[in-house]
Amino acid sequence: MNDTETAVQTWHQVVRDTLKSNDVKLVVYVPDRVLTPLIEAIHADPFFTTFPCTREEEAIGIVTGAWMGGMKSAVLMQTSGFATLPNVLASLVVPCQIPALIFVSERGTLGEFNIGQALVCRTMRPVLDALAMEHHTITRQDELAFILDRSIKQAVATQAPVTFILSPLLTGGKAFGG
Amino acid sequence: MANVKSMNRFDLTKRLVALLKHDEAVIGGIGNANFDLWAAGRRPQNFYMLGSMGLAIPIAFGVALAQPHRHVVALEGDGSLLMQLGSLSTIAMQRPKNLTIVIWDNGIYQITGSQPTSTASTADLVAIAQGSGLANSAWAADEDDFERRVAEALKGGPTLIAARIDDKPAVATTDRDPVQIRERFMRGLGVRDDPN
Repeated sequence: MNDTETAVQTWHQVVRDTLKSNDVKLVVYVPDRVLTPLIEAIHADPFFTTFPCTREEEAIGIVTGAWMGGMKSAVLMQTSGFATLPNVLASLVVPCQIPALIFVSERGTLGEFNIGQALVCRTMRPVLDALAMEHHTITRQDELAFILDRSIKQAVATQAPVTFILSPLLTGGKAFGG
Repeated sequence: MANVKSMNRFDLTKRLVALLKHDEAVIGGIGNANFDLWAAGRRPQNFYMLGSMGLAIPIAFGVALAQPHRHVVALEGDGSLLMQLGSLSTIAMQRPKNLTIVIWDNGIYQITGSQPTSTASTADLVAIAQGSGLANSAWAADEDDFERRVAEALKGGPTLIAARIDDKPAVATTDRDPVQIRERFMRGLGVRDDPN
């Protein structure tokens, strides 16, 4: 890869490559429009085991089991999916000290057109803060690899979950009316 | 539902554990499912759920993905499964060979006051499992049939075995220390070394 190609690497390529370099082999997800290129990139790479789940809670259960069995894994979802998770975060992931890697495509801000999404978004950070869960809102691609790589290593070393909120500033988000 | 015998969860749990000869992992669902697993004898390959109702099957599936050479058994109640029916279709799509799902169906939310679940009147969990794509799903007719089905399931799956059970409460209560439960389980699976 030459310098020009490196310079134009997309956010989803950075996520894929950072997961790979940290030996995160299992990626489960509930589909999301913004995450589609990442989901496709992971499906296209035989390094990963990846498939959709019917609910975010289910995905968290799978990731928990995989970690206990010795496999690092990540969950992909959108903001409204995260809002279904407080029970399993508080009763499974946090008390059992599971380093779940949770990627959330942020909806509900920066041009949201659906009031329901906007309200759901406001529940996300208070839930994370109430449980004292590490979380980062990633807005800049030049910080993406650093935040992901360091935080994945920290999650594993400290046996604690981490949530990466992928801002529309990073991903482009979902266009108004889209 | 087929005409099946009403059995006892603790009795069946003991029978199941007695059939485990290869350090199989067992995930006990929230409430009585894991209480009776605890009472059936401590095994380092047992994981006891203390919350997150409905996740015994997804957790077991995760373990099965991480350790494809170890068989994994999920023990789940009817009320819990009804909360997470979609997990059956996910598993059916992925077809893990090393996963067995056991459903204890007493037709009640026993631990919250024995309110009836939909299986008491209308829902058939085996039919739901089959409709989700888990073709190898069946009711255990009696204790001998349960043991035979478990032994067969341990040879390769995915398999779902449902047992109609009575309304007797669990015979003991699991010690509620999630970090200890998780750590012991990881050592039991060979993921962590015992420091002692």
